[in-house]
Amino acid sequence: MLSIKNLHASIEGKQILKGINLEVKPGEVHAIMGPNGSGKSTLASVLAGREDYTVDSGEIVFKGKDLLELAADERAKEGVFLAFQYPIEIPGVTTTNFMKTAINKVREHRGLEPLDAVSFLQLMKEKMKLVEIDQSLLSRSLNEGFSGGEKKRNEIFQMAMLEPTLAVLDETDSGLDIDALRIVSNGVNTLKNADNATIVVTHYQRLLDYIVPDFVHVLYDGKIVKSGGKDLAKELEKRGYDWVKEEADVAKA
Amino acid sequence: MSKDDQILEQFASKEYEHGWTVDIEADSAPPGLNEDIVRFISAKKEEPEWLLEWRLKAYRNWRKMTEPNWANVHYPKPQFEDIIYYSAPKKKKTANSLDEVDPELLKTFERLGISLTEQKRLTGVAVDAVMDSVSVGTTFKKQLLEQGIIFCSFSEAVKEHPELVKKYIGSVVPSNDNFYAALNSAVFSDGSFCYIPKGVRCPVELSTYFRINAANTGQFERTLIVAEEDSYVSYLEGCTAPQRDENQLHAAVVEIYAAKNAEVKYSTVQNWYPGDKQGKGGIYNFVTKRGICAGDYAKISWTQVETGSAVTWKYPSCILKGDYSQGEFYSVAVTNNFQQADTGTKMIHIGKNTKSRIVSKGVSGGRSQNSYRGLVEIHPRATNSRNFSQCDSLLMGDQCGAHTFPYIEVKNKSSQIEHEATTSKIGEDQIFYCTQRGIDEESAVALIVNGYCKEVLNKLPMEFAVEAQKLLALTLEGSVG
Ligand SMILES: Nc1ncnc2c1ncn2[C@@H]1O[C@H](COP(=O)(O)OP(=O)(O)O)[C@@H](O)[C@H]1O
Ligand SMILES: [Mg+2]
Repeated sequence: MLSIKNLHASIEGKQILKGINLEVKPGEVHAIMGPNGSGKSTLASVLAGREDYTVDSGEIVFKGKDLLELAADERAKEGVFLAFQYPIEIPGVTTTNFMKTAINKVREHRGLEPLDAVSFLQLMKEKMKLVEIDQSLLSRSLNEGFSGGEKKRNEIFQMAMLEPTLAVLDETDSGLDIDALRIVSNGVNTLKNADNATIVVTHYQRLLDYIVPDFVHVLYDGKIVKSGGKDLAKELEKRGYDWVKEEADVAKA
Repeated sequence: MSKDDQILEQFASKEYEHGWTVDIEADSAPPGLNEDIVRFISAKKEEPEWLLEWRLKAYRNWRKMTEPNWANVHYPKPQFEDIIYYSAPKKKKTANSLDEVDPELLKTFERLGISLTEQKRLTGVAVDAVMDSVSVGTTFKKQLLEQGIIFCSFSEAVKEHPELVKKYIGSVVPSNDNFYAALNSAVFSDGSFCYIPKGVRCPVELSTYFRINAANTGQFERTLIVAEEDSYVSYLEGCTAPQRDENQLHAAVVEIYAAKNAEVKYSTVQNWYPGDKQGKGGIYNFVTKRGICAGDYAKISWTQVETGSAVTWKYPSCILKGDYSQGEFYSVAVTNNFQQADTGTKMIHIGKNTKSRIVSKGVSGGRSQNSYRGLVEIHPRATNSRNFSQCDSLLMGDQCGAHTFPYIEVKNKSSQIEHEATTSKIGEDQIFYCTQRGIDEESAVALIVNGYCKEVLNKLPMEFAVEAQKLLALTLEGSVG
């Protein structure tokens, strides 16, 4: 479904991603871990098509399409979703209105009629339950004055509404207490099926107790320096990142 | 004769009845302005002597005045000697069906969600559009008359309610108030008149009728609204559809008089032709709008959405004379390409315990310049008066300008004034957040801007708010570079 080959990307002339390779198949969950500043959010942003980043070389193929050819909104319409590490506030725009606009844009792209008000509300109700989010929150300005946990739940709510093929969750666990973590993970797990895939970006193992990955990759200094099964996460939890860094630095030298 | 033709003829002869071209042969005055032209206009309109005198006085004052140049706008000065100050209302060119209308224009209508009937009316498609306006117009007027509400063209009011016109004309905006108001007072073409008697709540938005009939009021439009004690009216001016006009200069005057405990809501959507993307052409819109809360507990509320015109100069104001009276100003001014807007309000607190609220949202894109200019004046007698002002500017791109000029004059120590101002740029991260959800960039900008202006848009009557939102989106197309 997703194939990243030798991806190099930079921002303001500074090289951040230095040759990423990653294959994701339908039904899989991949975890990307790594110390702060290693380039995890950059990778997520480049996948989603943020224009501040320059792709210097490499390729990304998604469902047989050259993803790098597509603008951010086209990627989203094709089924790429990014749950933001820091969700953005949009004053005066309610989550409901935001979602209605987004869903109808995506439907238009797929040649479908816009959802009528009744079907839309029905869909909202169903998905609200999934992440235990309250109607009143969705009637407020998007993310404005939301607590950290509310913002993250709102991201997963949006993911549930849009039903992406590829979901990238950037540090969705940060700032969540244990209850919120359970709710969010439960939402993500419920949405999982054989046709979609999830990339979970985190630097704590904690989340992976709830969203169990098929593969774990360690990102360090813009490269995936180690890959393994879910046990790799456990090992990282126990031993920290230093040994991976050392291994990587030795390999480089 | 078919029924359609009968109605058409009725409509046409009705216009004639009001005597546009009765006993003076010429259809229009020669260009330029002098006392004879003023007399000519007044005679054409069969006006009473007092009104001619009033016009002449305004004209003589205007002669002594110079164009104001303090506004933050730059444009070649209109050649007042080249303007034709009177021409008989032209029959609009009519088309037989919408197929004959400029497809670009129709596309815009479509996107604004303007109904088919309305589209036909605006583009001058014959027969059913006219039929529609006659029937709607007359039943509507009858309904209002039953409650004693007068709502008619200014010329009609001069003929049928001269005592009311005489009492109130110039009472809020004196004919020598400013250069453009004086010019308007000397040569005003037509406009609207509205009178709400004591204790009457006008049951409908005075908008439908207005939109159907105001198409041809000309470049020097004059509106007078009088709300007697304990009355209420909501009045809507303008149209979201793009309005083209061959007259480059528009200088309108609006006066509102609110007696004790009366409330007047005045909403405007202004979408005059702004000129092309290079800044060529476009309307100069120099308007004087003012209301007086003459009695205690009176309330006047201005709401405006300004998207059109090449140059806008406009300060809808409130004189809060009655104790406990209230003034409000809610404004969205959007400028794009080479548009220039200098707009804001004046709140003059004279009575005790008077309150005013100003919410101004300026949105600028392209190479446009957008200024807020506001005055809050508290007179010595205005004990315990309060003002709250919020002026926000949103910049799209880095070649446009946003400016805020707040003036505050306080002569009573017990008053309270709060002023908040912000300037922000539309966030790349906000746009990306939207595009990541599948919303294209233009729509994202529209969504964000509409959210930004929500507090003001919410003040508009419902069906108009929806059109206004679409209008903002259209105006901002291509504003983010
Ligand atoms: N806008 C930017 N300008 C310059 N450097 C940036 C910018 N954004 C991120 N970086 C740098 O890129 C590197 C990777 O950041 P990021 O992808 O956010 O890492 P992570 O998500 O793994 O913590 C860091 O060194 C960070 O300082
Ligand atoms: Mg990060």
